[in-house]
Amino acid sequence: MRFRTEYSGSSFLELMQLQYPQLLPNLQGDLTQLGSTLPHGTTVLAFKFDGGVVVAGDRLATAGMQVASRDIQKVFRTDTHSMMAISGAAGPCIEMARILSVELEHYEKIEGEQLELEGKANKLSQMIRQNLPAAMQGLAVIPIFAGFDLRRNDGRLWKFDVTGGRYEEAEFEATGSGGLFARESLKQSWHSSQSRSESIVSSVRALTAAADEDRATGGVDLRRGIFPIIMCASEAGIDQVNESEIASAYEEVLEGRSDGHRAGRSASEGGTES
Amino acid sequence: MSMPYYVSPDQLMADKAEFARKGISRGKSIVALEFAGGMLLMAENSTELSKLGEVYDRIAFAGVGKFSEFDQMRKLGVRFADMKGYAYSREDVRAKGLANAYSQAIGEVFTRELKPLEIEVILVEVGDDRYKGHEQNAIYRLKFDGFISGHKGFCVIGGNVDDVQHVLEEGYRAGLPAGEAAGLARQALGAGSEGGSDLGVNELEVCILDRERSGRKFVRLSAEQIQDILDG
Repeated sequence: MRFRTEYSGSSFLELMQLQYPQLLPNLQGDLTQLGSTLPHGTTVLAFKFDGGVVVAGDRLATAGMQVASRDIQKVFRTDTHSMMAISGAAGPCIEMARILSVELEHYEKIEGEQLELEGKANKLSQMIRQNLPAAMQGLAVIPIFAGFDLRRNDGRLWKFDVTGGRYEEAEFEATGSGGLFARESLKQSWHSSQSRSESIVSSVRALTAAADEDRATGGVDLRRGIFPIIMCASEAGIDQVNESEIASAYEEVLEGRSDGHRAGRSASEGGTES
Repeated sequence: MSMPYYVSPDQLMADKAEFARKGISRGKSIVALEFAGGMLLMAENSTELSKLGEVYDRIAFAGVGKFSEFDQMRKLGVRFADMKGYAYSREDVRAKGLANAYSQAIGEVFTRELKPLEIEVILVEVGDDRYKGHEQNAIYRLKFDGFISGHKGFCVIGGNVDDVQHVLEEGYRAGLPAGEAAGLARQALGAGSEGGSDLGVNELEVCILDRERSGRKFVRLSAEQIQDILDG
């Protein structure tokens, strides 16, 4: 440690880039061959409900045609009122979530106050932009960022593209390989006055729909006891929905599904395999 | 032909120390105190410019002297801790390592530069019973020349140290409840203060490292919260 340092700002990422670049992910060079051998995360979604915003993600990671992990975490709490859900190349995604959460804490400690929610989303978009060379070679990071905006007293969510493009969504968003199906499911059930428990059912329903149509998305796996991760941000902060609550939401979802030609089987057989 | 002046190293160091000591004693005092629920930091400070700050999960900072210098020290500590926690794990960030790094940095300025840092710093670390090998609290004080010392129970820096310390020596015992600890700290600061009377909550800056909290244990108290704690 030296008293006079090169860097004097309040960003952790800039500090690392300037003083400790060896600690940051270095995704330069030819990565095109890597794409299908690295774990990828799939379906994550977020939507507003009455009193906040909910973010959910399944637990499956795939590498090419194979399962890489059945219980990977894709939804992260980045600080007291914000969350990030990741889809794309799992390694860079998880690292980005980690750097963002250190970044937000670092800023808060250096400056003595938290960034605005919008500022946090903007920071994430800069980080995605810096990952563009890797994204061009198949290691894309496509997160959803959501949180409770204490100043506006409302939940907010953003989606991103690989170039760092940042788009605020007013209602819901889902991304990843099963995102299309999850979005379709949310489109049918979403309304702004959903309660917290209704929104848990909605998110389980959307993930179940995605897992049913997309082989790279894992739904609720009752046999192994693997449940999606669902987090809600409200004025009080972030709470992670516990597994028993998700299990009962799942039963409700199964009752409401006809599931095509094998309709009528019992719920206990109904765990979506991954 | 002019000869360069010879100044003996002894004289040089003594002059620098004298200069730094003067700067530091002009300010107001800060007290760090162990209590039953964790660590208490209290500063006589009625401005918006903080003298106390969060460094990491279980580590807090207090600085006296020249604001720009000790605030730079605080930021260096946050950077050091966040970098270390990112490169290794959150549990690997300890006050001892940081205090050593501080000692090196402050000592280097003292010996190499013309003007020493006019600061004194306390680093406190609160223990956590849930985490083996991390149960103990720790208090480190760093002086303007990089001299480092470990303390048990309490520690005072800045301003009228002797008077403040005297009150603490009389009134301190291990395991004080929060209310009594805060009362004692206020009384001690009052003894060292120019006014000499009891300080009001608006003249105090108080932060706590709460042993029972998980994750980031640092809490900055508002004036109402300070009053609540003082009222027990």
